Formats: sequence, structure tokens, C-alpha cells
Amino acid sequence: MDITFVLEKFILVAIIFGISLVIAMYSTYAERKVAAFLQDRLGPDRAGPAGMFQPLADGLKMFMKEEIIPTNSNKWLFMVGPGLAMLTACIGTAVIPWGSPIVFDGRIIPLQVTDINVGILYIFGVVSLGVYGVMIGGWASNNKYSLLSAIRAASQNISYEIAMGLSIIALLLVTGTMSLKEVVEQQHGWHWNVLYQPLGFIIFIVCSFAETNRAPFDLPECETELIGGYHTEYSSMKLGFYLFAEYINMFVSSAVMAALYFGGYNYPGMDWVLVHAGTVIAPLIGAGVFFAKIFAFIFFFMWVRWTIPRFRYDQLMHLGWKMLTPLAIANIIITGIVIALIEKF
Amino acid sequence: MEPLTSKKKVLEQKPLTFAERMYLPAITKGLSITISHFFKKEATIRYPEVEREFSTNFRGMHSLKRDENGKERCTACGLCALSCPAEAITMIAAERKPEEKDLYREEKYASVYEINMLRCIFCGLCEEACPKEAIYLDGPIVPSDYLRKDFIYGKDKLVEAPLVQK
Repeated sequence: MDITFVLEKFILVAIIFGISLVIAMYSTYAERKVAAFLQDRLGPDRAGPAGMFQPLADGLKMFMKEEIIPTNSNKWLFMVGPGLAMLTACIGTAVIPWGSPIVFDGRIIPLQVTDINVGILYIFGVVSLGVYGVMIGGWASNNKYSLLSAIRAASQNISYEIAMGLSIIALLLVTGTMSLKEVVEQQHGWHWNVLYQPLGFIIFIVCSFAETNRAPFDLPECETELIGGYHTEYSSMKLGFYLFAEYINMFVSSAVMAALYFGGYNYPGMDWVLVHAGTVIAPLIGAGVFFAKIFAFIFFFMWVRWTIPRFRYDQLMHLGWKMLTPLAIANIIITGIVIALIEKF
Repeated sequence: MEPLTSKKKVLEQKPLTFAERMYLPAITKGLSITISHFFKKEATIRYPEVEREFSTNFRGMHSLKRDENGKERCTACGLCALSCPAEAITMIAAERKPEEKDLYREEKYASVYEINMLRCIFCGLCEEACPKEAIYLDGPIVPSDYLRKDFIYGKDKLVEAPLVQK
């Protein structure tokens, strides 16, 4: 392992970390703007041109707020909670292929931190870990609302992980690989997986709404019932970390959806661009296309949030166990039969 | 119990149809409604920079008027203070000196004229009571401030700007 390799990876990690933080930061701004536009309002427009500095002001406010740790809380876990939420949100970006490799001066620089052969499984593991931040925070707060919220979050995530995993199995039948890079490479040009797995995609997107605790599945943090849920007792930047982790989660799951189902950095006519723009610019354009897809998904997340009211808890469980899980199993069976038939004839 | 009105609507509790149980048709309908609002014009008016157009009979901040020669019309008769239901107006009258002839129209004028904007209810009765057509509520919205004493507006804020000398 030479030093340039380490340096290369280190720079890539730093860039991706920075990008995900900036995107999370500006997602808060975008959320308020989208909400405003969907409701015939303007949204924040005072801080800077069109309110562009609003996230900075919000961040500064979060830092300046008084830090309160409840007397009867478990102090160590209380502090670990937000950190864990943030950590699990951030490490998901490690296996996502952001673009095809840059070939520069005879050196191949992959735009992916690591291409492990069980990339999809890794994403799954990380996403399931995400609930620990919420659970530990809710438990350590020593507050009944927080605890209720933590229990809700845990049961919700477990329920929807099953349907999500099953929808991925159908995708694996189509792709035959678990490496995210290979999955994306297979979708070269227009062969996007959403065309082969439309039902699987719908199940996956519903489940990722539930996994990221976004509306209409934001039961762990519903203000009306649980006064904020697991972050009731949190203040200052610890609260900021929780809110931030939610947006990073949204970013990561948008990236995963774009990579798995919408062709990642592939776009029609990319071969022509590769020939004409060179091996440095073309992958960057691909990465730009990938980010455009991610932003489209983030917008969709927000659009849905400001349209649909929250599900009741029994409806949530009913949807997860009695509808999505059987649908996902049916999807696997149908996919399997179709693939077997195609191979036979 | 007897129904209180003749209107009667029987609500049937029908079980949800398959499409309704799927949620998706309803969700797509809702999404299309919200996205149509995304492209509509915002109802917001950016207040301090842009002001909503007031109706013609809007009553805002008071102004003490001048006549066509630029003399103050108010003669400090006190009818406005008397008519004021909120008791927001106070004034001190003074006699006009010969050299102040082009400042005040009448021989008696208000040396101090104060309106407490926190008491004022903008009813417009002072405007109606004034026999000299000296006070009108034709100004803008009274701006906010931090201290109570800053809401007592004197002649410096109330009297109309003097006529431009030609």
C-alpha cells in the first residue's frame, strides 16, 4: 500500500464527509423553502440573498444555546446517543460509488471510498445501527415520552427492515451481485433497475421513508403526541446532531436509492461524453448527474412530508407487516419465476 | 332526542375499497395537489420593503395639517382630546406672538401636542371632531419601538412637513 493511495483515500473521505455535512446543512434550508413553496409562502429570505445563510445562522444558534443535561439521566449514554446517531449516519457513505473512476496521468482514481463485495449488506447493517442512536438517546433521557419514542423507533425500524431486505433480495436476483459498484455499472446508459423492479422500488422507497423516520412515518418524533420524542430532553448541539443525523440519513438513503434503482452516475449518452470530454471531466459530469438524482430524491422526501399526514401506529404496523412484507415476498417469487423462464428459453 | 334541524345526513361507515387500502392512489392525488401549489404565486408580502396597498379609508398615523400658506391649522381648541375615547391626546395651548404670524393660522395654537400611540385605538373620532380640518389619520402604520416613552408622539413627529419655499 503506497502513500499516494492512503492520501487519495483520505482526500476522498474528507470530500465526501464535507459534502454530506454541507448537504445536510442545506437540506434544512431546502426543507423550509420547499415547505414554503408548497404552501404558497416564501420561506426564510432574510439571512443573506434569498436566505442562503440561514443554515449558518441556525448552526450558530445551536452552538450558542445552553447545554442542559437532565439530573436523572444516564449522563454517559446521554452524550453517546447523538454522537452515535451522527456516526451511523455518516459511515453509510463509504461504499457508495459517486462516479466512474477518474483516469489521470495513467493512474486510476476510483470515486468510491471502498468497493467491498457486500456493499448492499454493509449499507443495511449501517442503517439498522441507526436506530441505536435514537434508542440510546431516548433511554438515557429518563423521560417517558423519550422512552416511548425510542420503543416506537425500534419497532418501526425492525418492521420495515424486513420488507426492505426482501425488496433488495429481488434486486439481487436481477443483478447477481452485492457490490454497489457492479450494480451501478450494470445499469450503464438506460438499463436502470427501476425498469426491471418497479414494485421492488416502491417497497424500497416506502421502507426508506420509515427507516429515516420521515413523514408520514415520523412517529418516533411526532410533536403532537410525544413532544418531540427521543430528543425532548436534548438541547444545544446535541439536539443539532440528532436533527443533522436525520438529514444525513435522508441524503444517504437517497444516494442508495439513486445507485440501486436509478442508475447511479449513469446517464444516456455517457459514452459520447466520455469520448469527447476526456477521462477526467466525464466522471465528474457523471458524479454531477448522480448528485442531481440524489437531490431529486431529497426533494421527493420533502414533497411527501408536506403532503401526507402521519400514519396512526396500528396503520404503520399493518402497512409494514401485512402489506409490504407479503408484497415483497410476492415480488421475489415473480422475479425468480421470470428469471428462470428467461434462462430456459 | 328530537333533531334540532330538518337537515339530516346519514353517514355510512363503508369498509375501504382495495384502492383506498393501497393508499397509493390517494397519495399521488395529494402529491399532485401540493406540486401544483409549488408553482403558484406566493401570497407573502415582504413587509418592511413592500407594503400592502391600503384601502382608501385606512386610518394610520395622525398628521397635523398645514394650510395652503404652510401655517399650522390647529388652534388647540381641545375638541379632539375631548372626543378621544382612549384619552390619548394631550395638548398645551399658547397665544401667538406677532412675529409668529406665518407659522400659525389662528391666534391660539398648540405649543405641545402629544398623542400616546399605545393608547390610541385609531377610531378616527379626533378627525371627525376637528373644526379646523387640522388632524387626519392618513399616515402609515405606526412603527414598533422598545420603550413606552418613545410611543408618545410630539409635534416633531406629527406635524406635516413644511411647504417647500418657491
